[in-house]
Order: sequence, then C-alpha cells, then structure tokens
Amino acid sequence: MEQLEQIIAAHPLFAGLRPEYARLIGGCAHNVRFEPGQLLLRHGASADEFYLLRHGTVALVLTAAGRGALTVQTLGPGELLGVSWLVAPYRWMYDAQALETVGAIAIDAACLRAKSAADHDLGFELAQRFMGVLVRRLHAARLQLLDVYGTHR
Amino acid sequence: MDTPLLDPLRPHIARVRSTRREAPDVWTLELDADQAPPCGFAPGQFNMLTAFGVGEVPISFSGDPAEPGRVRHTVRAVGAVSSALTRLDCGAVLGVRGPFGTGWPLPEAVGRDVVLIAGGLGIAPLRPALYQLLAERARYGRLSLLYGTRGPRDILFRRELEAWRARADLTVEVTVDHATHPWHGHVGVVTTLIERARLDSDRTLALVCGPEVMMRFAAEALGAAGLAAEAIFLSLERNMHCGLGTCGHCQLGGLLVCRDGPVVRYDRVRDALRIREL
Ligand SMILES: Cc1cc2nc3c(=O)[nH]c(=O)nc-3n(C[C@H](O)[C@H](O)[C@H](O)COP(=O)(O)OP(=O)(O)OC[C@H]3O[C@@H](n4cnc5c(N)ncnc54)[C@H](O)[C@@H]3O)c2cc1C
Repeated sequence: MEQLEQIIAAHPLFAGLRPEYARLIGGCAHNVRFEPGQLLLRHGASADEFYLLRHGTVALVLTAAGRGALTVQTLGPGELLGVSWLVAPYRWMYDAQALETVGAIAIDAACLRAKSAADHDLGFELAQRFMGVLVRRLHAARLQLLDVYGTHR
Repeated sequence: MDTPLLDPLRPHIARVRSTRREAPDVWTLELDADQAPPCGFAPGQFNMLTAFGVGEVPISFSGDPAEPGRVRHTVRAVGAVSSALTRLDCGAVLGVRGPFGTGWPLPEAVGRDVVLIAGGLGIAPLRPALYQLLAERARYGRLSLLYGTRGPRDILFRRELEAWRARADLTVEVTVDHATHPWHGHVGVVTTLIERARLDSDRTLALVCGPEVMMRFAAEALGAAGLAAEAIFLSLERNMHCGLGTCGHCQLGGLLVCRDGPVVRYDRVRDALRIREL
C-alpha cells in the first residue's frame, strides 16, 4: 500500500499532494497492466475506474458509421485516462485501447467520490486538479476544431 | 545577407533542378544554384520567389545551410502564386530575390537545450535550423523536435523524420490533429507534446513555427512549462511585397516583419499578436 501511495504522489496529476490525501487515494487504488489492443474503457459502460497512466500509450477511439474507428486523442505516461466518472451518469463516452503494453494505477471511482463527499477539503483539492486537466483538454479540443493547418479559402 | 544586393528589387532568374512531392499539396523545389543568387543563408531566412506572369511570394529556405549549392524551398499550394510555383517542372524558370529577414537565434542556443516546435508547413523553415543543430550537435544540450500536423498524409519530410527518430541524440515526437486507423502515433494538438516533453525551463530555448494561432497556443504552453518569453522565438507570417522594410505591407505594430522578422522573440510581439486589427 505504501508503495502505491508513493506512486500516486509522484504522478504529475498529484504533484505536491499532502501525504494524508495520497494515503486516502491509495486506499481506492490498485496496479493494472494491459496488453496492446486491450480495451481499458468501453464506450457506454459504467465509469467505475479511472487510470493514472505510468507506461505505454492509450488511444481514445470513437467508431463512426462509414468512417470506421476514429482516434480523437492519445494519452501517455503521466496523464489521466478517464474523466466521465466525475459527473453523472458516470458512463464512458469513448473506447480506450492500449496501443502498447500499458502500466497504470487504477482508482475506484465510487470509492474516491465517497471519500470526497465525506471530506470536502479532499474533494476541493481533487476538483482543482481535475479541473486543470479538463480546462487544458478543452483548449486543446478547441484548437483541434479550428483545423489551423487548413487553407481556409 | 553577406552578399551585397546590387538591385534588391530585381529577381535573379533561376531554374528548377528537381521537384519532390512531400504531401498532396506540398512540393519541394531544388533550384539550380548556378543561376540562383549566390546565397549562403541563415536558417529561418526566406527568399521572394516569382512565378512569372502570376506574382511574387515570400518562401522560407528549407534546405541545408551547409550546402549552399542546393537551394531548396518547400511550397504549399494555397493560392495563385504558390500554386503556380508547385506546378513548375524540372527546367522551368522562376525569379528569386533574397535572402531576406532574420534567422533562428542558433548562436544563442549554444550550451542550451533546444526544442523545435513545428505546426504543419512550419517544419519547412525549421528544417535548416535542425540541420545546423545536428551538424554541430556537441555544442547543444538536449535537442527535441515536436511536430504537429493535420493528418497522417500531411506529414512532411517522412524519410528524414524516420532517420531523425532513429538518432539517440534527438527526440522526435509527431502528432496529428485527426486520424483514422491504422495510424498508431500520437493524436492531439502539438501543445500536448509540449506538456509531455518535460522541458528544463531554465536551460531550454524554443523555436516555434506554424500558423499564428498554433504559435500563440504553443507559446502559452511553453510559458506554462516555465519558459520565459525571452526564451521563445516565433517565425511570423505577414503579407509581404518588397522584402526590404520599405513598403510597409508586412507591418505588425512597431515591426516590419520582412526586416525585423520573420524570426522574432516572443516578448517583442506577444501584445501585438493579441490585437485583432493587426
Ligand atoms: C516570411 C515568410 C515565409 C514563408 N515561407 C513559406 C514557405 O516556406 N512555404 C510556403 O508554402 N509558404 C510560405 N509562406 C507563405 C506564403 O508566402 C503564402 O502562402 C503565399 O504568399 C500565398 O500567396 P498565393 O498567391 O499563393 O495565395 P493568395 O492568393 O495570397 O491566398 C490564397 C488563399 O490562401 C490563404 N493563404 C495565404 N497564405 C496562407 C498560408 N500561409 N497558409 C494558409 N493559407 C494561406 C489566403 O487567406 C487566401 O484565402 C511564407 C510567408 C512568409 C511571410
């Protein structure tokens, strides 16, 4: 358990986190490993666990009729995989597929939501960190939408 | 700009020695150096190229500055002049004036880490800088190229990218904004590569080239990674006519981009880039 706490505290998402919070999060966490091609998240499934990626790359994939599988984003070491567990109805919006062997810390979403509800200071700390990720991803998604490399004639 | 220009407004006549298709709408032209102006150039500088009967446009050098006998330009067909240039065959003639403008601050990079951030066609003006950095590799610290483009088929200089990627002394990361299978590389905007690069903010000098919006986002991401504005250099694009700093077409705030740029330090243009009317 102690080792998990250390890994969590060393992850960029939780840099500088108070040790007691790392311990609380560690109580909801376990180590996981996925082989290339394996799905970490499945579109429409209940968002029960999210992942702090440590090794390997994961593709967020959306399947569109007539266009096949579209990768909308790839995520790698040091990044957070899965945000739909933060808000109801807690369902994944994409498939997430391992492109390489992936090592990650899985965190039980219901467990962390319950701990955040019981300790609002922890909840606020987590909300700020996840909000940072969400805002950066929103900016990136808008830049992606602008299609800046097009000719715009 | 070592060679004095006799009549800087009069183009030299040059002949196309070879052409190479890099992507569906992007071609690299190699000019016959005997007839092109005798140009040593600094990475980041540009020539004014004339497609006769159509017009003249600024195009950056994209070749190796250590090979002055091989003048190369990489052109994307976006309008009348650039399209005419990409349609030139071997042996065709075009007009060349230059070299013009400021180069990448490579002397300032000695002893430091250097990150090159390219968006789309922006890899073309950065390629000469990378050639020079690699030729003098021992003089610099960590070297990285972060390249973002629209989709897998728009990736330029593929074979060279593979060779660069194989080097142990250069980090190369490529990402695309949009991808369908079977692309197995990164998907996401180029700023996501900056966040992942774990740059040493005190040691790193950043050279950024791409569409202006992409450069603004990249500069913000570099700032968030701890780089000072003084350590970030952008290559600006403005509509140009004379190339000599006299006609004023390329004015941006207090700068004339053809003369004071195209390569400028970010803190000198940050405010001007935020003003919609400029
Ligand atoms: C310093 C400098 C260096 C440059 N280096 C290169 C280079 O190495 N290779 C290269 O291909 N181009 C480069 N450019 C851009 C190039 O000069 C323009 O694409 C060219 O002037 C367009 O002229 P045109 O007559 O073909 O198109 P225009 O008729 O002027 O424009 C046609 C359409 O294309 C759009 N357009 C114009 N320029 C661009 C652009 N850059 N990107 C996307 N859309 C555009 C216009 O909005 C317009 O709608 C550089 C520009 C500058 C200022």
